Amino acid sequence: MTVTTAVAKTVDARGLSCPLPIVKTALAIRELASGQLIEVLATDPGSTKDFAAWSKTTGNVLVESSVDGAVFRYVLIKK
Amino acid sequence: MTATLTRPVLPPALVEGLDDPETEGAVKTKALVIVAESGDLERTWATTILASTAAAGEMQVSIFFTFWGLFSLVRPGVRVTGTNWMQRMLAVMNRPGIDHAKLSKLNFAGMGPWMMKKLAKQYGVAEPRELLEMSQALGVRLIPCQMSMDMMGITRDQLIDGVEEPVGAATALELMTGASATLFI
Repeated sequence: MTVTTAVAKTVDARGLSCPLPIVKTALAIRELASGQLIEVLATDPGSTKDFAAWSKTTGNVLVESSVDGAVFRYVLIKK
Repeated sequence: MTATLTRPVLPPALVEGLDDPETEGAVKTKALVIVAESGDLERTWATTILASTAAAGEMQVSIFFTFWGLFSLVRPGVRVTGTNWMQRMLAVMNRPGIDHAKLSKLNFAGMGPWMMKKLAKQYGVAEPRELLEMSQALGVRLIPCQMSMDMMGITRDQLIDGVEEPVGAATALELMTGASATLFI
């Protein structure tokens, strides 16, 4: 698996509630190749725990979980 | 005096139960089966939220639609005419299609669901129909109950695209016994 540092795809889930940030990410990540990076922007406060859990269940590695104001940013590497 | 410690040989039955170092940590596929029996809006919501989230988490998800739940699979705009007046009346009293699900309480002749969907939009919550479509895109199996279809006068061509062949209780039970989790909603 070759990991690239550039974000290959961004999912804008701002303003969306559970389970949309996760479901939309799951749909989007299918279009990526293994090792590619996906970025997710969300405003749902529950998404921090959700993305950590989702990363654990799917094996897609969560490399960044940050917050800037009211916007959460997650970066995952496709397994 | 020195004692030599030797590792005892474990009985095979015990070894089998241990994690294989090769596959340890690997993601194992789990299966979820939901029996969607209710056609109520709040329950349809629960079914579609759990199904789409489980599929997003790479679980194998199957939903068995039975009784009132079956009406969620009827294509929008379809008029169920059935073969007799009772089936026709049933379809009139219980308008088919996932967009016409009623709340089990505070329905107020449709005012309740209308308000609920307005609130959902305001808070970025997807409607059951959108969640069902996303579930399908993530590979969730939608399985209608044959007996309910016959009794309610609903035919195969009146169901949305991508629905599997109707099956009976035995097939549903077989799926359930092989699943990691089963829900009756």
